[in-house]
Amino acid sequence: MRELTYAEALREGLRQAMRADARVFVMGEDVGIYGGAFGVTNGMLEEFGAERIIDTPISEAVIAGACIGAALTGMRPVGEIQFMDFVTLSMEQLVLQAAKIRYMFGGKASVPMVLRMPGGSGTGAAAQHSESLENWFVNVPGLKVVMPSTPYDAKGLLLAAIDDPNPVIFIEHKLLYKTKGPVPEEAYRVPLSQSVVVRPGAHVTVVATSIMVPRALEAATTLAGEGIELEVVDPRTLAPLDAGPIIASARKTGKVLVVHEAPERGGFGGEVVACIAASEAFDFLEAPIRRLAGLDVPIPYNRNLERAAVPQVEDIVREARRLARGEY
Amino acid sequence: MIHSDAHLRRMMLIRAFEEKAEELYALGRVHGTMHLSIGQEATAVGMGTAMREGDYLLNTHRGHGHCLAWFGSDVRLMMAEFMGRETGYCRGRGGSMHIANVDANNLGANGIVGGGLPMAAGVGLSIKMRKTDQVGVVVFGDGANNEGAFHESVNLASIWKLPVIYLCENNQYAMSMAIRKSSNIADISQRASAYGIRGVTVDGNDLAAVHDVMAEAAAQCRAGEGPVLVEAKTYRWRGHSKSDRQLYRTREEVLDWQKRDPIPRYSKVLGYDEARLEALRKDVQAEIEAAVSFAESSPEPEVSAILEGVYA
Ligand SMILES: Cc1ncc(C[n+]2csc(CCOP(=O)(O)OP(=O)(O)O)c2C)c(N)n1
Ligand SMILES: [Mg+2]
Repeated sequence: MRELTYAEALREGLRQAMRADARVFVMGEDVGIYGGAFGVTNGMLEEFGAERIIDTPISEAVIAGACIGAALTGMRPVGEIQFMDFVTLSMEQLVLQAAKIRYMFGGKASVPMVLRMPGGSGTGAAAQHSESLENWFVNVPGLKVVMPSTPYDAKGLLLAAIDDPNPVIFIEHKLLYKTKGPVPEEAYRVPLSQSVVVRPGAHVTVVATSIMVPRALEAATTLAGEGIELEVVDPRTLAPLDAGPIIASARKTGKVLVVHEAPERGGFGGEVVACIAASEAFDFLEAPIRRLAGLDVPIPYNRNLERAAVPQVEDIVREARRLARGEY
Repeated sequence: MIHSDAHLRRMMLIRAFEEKAEELYALGRVHGTMHLSIGQEATAVGMGTAMREGDYLLNTHRGHGHCLAWFGSDVRLMMAEFMGRETGYCRGRGGSMHIANVDANNLGANGIVGGGLPMAAGVGLSIKMRKTDQVGVVVFGDGANNEGAFHESVNLASIWKLPVIYLCENNQYAMSMAIRKSSNIADISQRASAYGIRGVTVDGNDLAAVHDVMAEAAAQCRAGEGPVLVEAKTYRWRGHSKSDRQLYRTREEVLDWQKRDPIPRYSKVLGYDEARLEALRKDVQAEIEAAVSFAESSPEPEVSAILEGVYA
């Protein structure tokens, strides 16, 4: 199959959604002639014009709010927040308005919007441009939280998110934009809230999100050489979570490692661990469930420190190996 | 303003620092990203020379110049920070976007557009509560005054008459967004009228003009008469950061602004000829090279110390 980068896959999804539905438009800082800070909307201004690829002033509260208002009144906005860090300025509109409007109004209104944003570290941009805030949103009923890890999922989940009648927080990863993978040409959907086993294996379950999925797969390749088979599960949608495949995998292997980039404390990993611990898989566990996450520290600028702040392939290899060998 | 060779040298040092940083970045010896202020040096130095030691600075992401123009700045510590060294201003933890010199009341550059604005009101409030005659300067771009935080901060400072100078560097663009597209008014200083405070627009490439406007604003703050909004009109020569194809402006426009280079402009005021200017350039270059050597011979932070300093 044809290969695209993650950024190209997102762009193709956006283009297809906009061609198919005149209500869909893109709005954010520098999404027009600049093509987005990470190039996702590159060239889209030429095709769709400034009325549908809308550059905004630097005003994150109103970017989120204008998406909500437009969504409430018949449009299908896809907003872009240039770095996930800046969504902190949009929080009131997202958490107190977008997430609650439907329920508060007795189900009589809906907010069909998508807000895209790149999270994560690894670019040397330091503490205010490297956040992984996904779990803030996971904790807010009414929001959906999506985190694609491959070009295929990026396009398919984006199209599904645009179709969805709810506000969807769509979290991309800066280091994934240039990664390549097979992407069908048609406008396919990857359903929201479907976890997937991306690599079957018998010995240790690794539940990983976003950039940690390719890192877990790399670790799996290394460990396969030692006879240790990892089963890698990607939730893809963090909220509402499809816990079934995670629980089934835990039950099968009896050993679980949960990996994400966000700091461990209060992170999504705790939710995964709790889902497993409270399920029928509990009786099948052969070791404590382990978490491997970002350190509880702001992302440092220095390259070595930055690297050490979040899980790397070798960390996953080490932890999974210890689990497999019964060292916990 | 009292003219001085030191002011010219300061602008040249900022220029040389940024040119070196750019070169080191291209060579992979500095990583991450950076926002260069080449062409805007007069605003930074005009601001620095107008303030008093003990005043406070809240700086922007495009803040290398202001940092170097602030009291007691040390280009070696700045270079070391760029290279992520333990000897840098932020011990290698912050990098280009977060350079602070807290000992000199430089409360840091900010990675968040408008991030310094709300805090500036708190700095002003603290000055007022402590009954000192200090002033807080917050520097931000033309893009930042479209954040809600700008309006909340200026309004608060206006009703409480806080000693804060809001220094907006209008370099015509916020990334790819031209000021004429992001705002419906000709001068950002007009926004002062909405809060009943004084607003001034000044030629940001004219060192003496910036100095005089800032000195007057500082005097007003010290007299307890409340905040001032200063808009310095200038131009960013380089791309926004390290990944800008600059499709939103023409080469001619850039060249046109380059003719208004603040450095030769001020050297003429001082009566410099090319030979004297060249001698000064060499002197500045030597200081920059020494800073690079200092940075390169400095240790990197120990990875084992990564968790140190998250809490006091
Ligand atoms: C809250 C927030 N939104 C967006 C950004 C990304 N960003 C960094 S600088 C910049 C442009 C800022 O323009 P301006 O305020 O005019 O300052 P300049 O870069 O021109 O000096 C943008 C959009 C950010 N750092 N913070
Ligand atoms: Mg600007």
